[in-house]
Amino acid sequence: MSSVSATAASPVRGPAGFKRPATATVYRWELRKLVSQKRTYLGLGLAMILPLIFVVVQSLRTRQDRGGENIFASQITHSGLATPVLMLLFLSVFMLPLIAALVAGDIVAAEDGNGTLKTILTRSVDRGQLFAAKAFAAMTYATIAVFAAAVVATAAGVAAWGFNSVTTYSGTVVSASEGLLLVFASNACYLIPLFAVASLGVLLSTVTRNSAAAVVGTVGITILLFIIGQIPGLEGIRPYLLTEQYENWHGLLRTPTDWAPIAHSAWVSALYAVPALIAGYLVFLRRDVAGG
Amino acid sequence: MPGTRATEDAAGSAEAPPVRARGLVKRYKEVLAVDHVDLNVQTGDVYGFLGPNGAGKTTTLRMALGLITPTEGVVDLFGRDPMREGAHALEGVAGFVEAPRFYPYLTGQKNLELLAALDGSGAKERIGEVLQIVELTPRAAHRVGGYSHGMRQRLGIAAALLRRPRLLILDEPATGLDPAGMRDMRSLIRRLADEGITVLLSSHQLPEVQELCDRVAIVDRGRVVYEGALADLRRQGGAGYRLRTTDDARALTIAREQRGIEFPAVGEHGLAFQAEEADVGGLSLALGEAGVGILALTPELATLEDLFFRLTDNDGAGDAGPAHAVAAPTADEARLVETP
Repeated sequence: MSSVSATAASPVRGPAGFKRPATATVYRWELRKLVSQKRTYLGLGLAMILPLIFVVVQSLRTRQDRGGENIFASQITHSGLATPVLMLLFLSVFMLPLIAALVAGDIVAAEDGNGTLKTILTRSVDRGQLFAAKAFAAMTYATIAVFAAAVVATAAGVAAWGFNSVTTYSGTVVSASEGLLLVFASNACYLIPLFAVASLGVLLSTVTRNSAAAVVGTVGITILLFIIGQIPGLEGIRPYLLTEQYENWHGLLRTPTDWAPIAHSAWVSALYAVPALIAGYLVFLRRDVAGG
Repeated sequence: MPGTRATEDAAGSAEAPPVRARGLVKRYKEVLAVDHVDLNVQTGDVYGFLGPNGAGKTTTLRMALGLITPTEGVVDLFGRDPMREGAHALEGVAGFVEAPRFYPYLTGQKNLELLAALDGSGAKERIGEVLQIVELTPRAAHRVGGYSHGMRQRLGIAAALLRRPRLLILDEPATGLDPAGMRDMRSLIRRLADEGITVLLSSHQLPEVQELCDRVAIVDRGRVVYEGALADLRRQGGAGYRLRTTDDARALTIAREQRGIEFPAVGEHGLAFQAEEADVGGLSLALGEAGVGILALTPELATLEDLFFRLTDNDGAGDAGPAHAVAAPTADEARLVETP
């Protein structure tokens, strides 16, 4: 081992004066940490590979009957813009919440387990700033995953079947450019309940201090809510289940636009997200940091 | 060196001591990890926080840095309570508890850049300088995941220096280092102290404390059993003498009759006893009058190790508590606490 210098330049000393970093700075470093971890790319890879598989398989199919009940399924070979809509439909139930949970459930617990939480909490950053930065970073990751899937699905769909007009749920034919706008607006709407999933992940990450438990717990909650939504006799609570908000974007694909499900999903999702974030914040402020 | 003390304008209070703990208690359900600990680290101290493993040292340091909440009591850093004032209370304070931890997937340089960003105040411009101080410049571009334990310890010191600390809190900084690494770590700490940085050093390595520290607190089973100057502790811990004579058996008889000569005994290397300096003179005269020649008379101060084991009762010597083993220090600030 090379030795510690006892003769090098004069040690750095003297007060620097207290200056708390901006929360945006802490947030940027949370993103840089995410970018530097291989695990980050696992979720993004999953989000992007599935649309590619879908397009390849559909392109190889010889049967023309791709109909089913969904109007976009029947348009797969007519317009590449049907692909991102179908992929959002498929991925929104399980895969995208899982991807969001992968990072949200890990973002506090991993640092606690590795001991790096105590490293950064002995700097000039307040706990509240750090929690906010981590929550924003988790949501940023969820956003990137959703749009990565959308971009790949759109590109692959258009490459395979063309950039053509598409028929919406209300039977209205919209131009390709308007369809493209609607695709990305739909993905943006889907982020509303997905942020609530991420918030639950951050809460569990903070409370459990265990990445695996937090990720599994978050996914478990969404599965539980999904199952509850399928139980006959519980129709009364179904509109208030988080998993029921995953299809809020369908309102955008109607003419005229039906904003009601989007507005409904916004406040229902907030009912899950806000208490989760407040609880996580309070736990984070008061918790003993002794891990690592 | 007091003359090189940094200006105090950034401190919570210019007069406030670097560390002042009063009645610190940390209880984990049935386990009392820290039991009413008081600490007084003064400006310029190299303060040793000594104790066996599990004595409560790290828990106390965690409370000092605001990482865990005391069950009772308060600890102030330069007059500021980390539990109430958060990061602001850590102004001018740096260090690490247990081993310093970094992001293994980032390089040493990137880790320091991250920490500098969280410090603000131009810390980023000092990265090159602190890397040079700990001699990690050649490895700065390598991922920390590939660093040795010693390199991580040094990176921990570098990270602390980024903050331009006036108080450096180090928890077992030499643990896991090879002998050369230990020696160099001590040199660095000594040098930082000479530059005017107050150091609170937790350790169970007695030579390290003996070499570096001027004041100590010894903690055992969560309680401080001694706090004060190391020199006072050693002086009070039984200043002894070893005597070789032409007739040790007769010298022993004479010593037993002399006022102020305590615990005389003949051993392999002559006669050993404890006494005040003035009483040793009386013994010398008595031996001369009796015709016993003195071949050698040497003072023997108790080692820190002796005192540590007496205070922490770790030698299995029985129930004699530290109050029986070591007399109370004479220094005003020194404090001896009865063990339960």
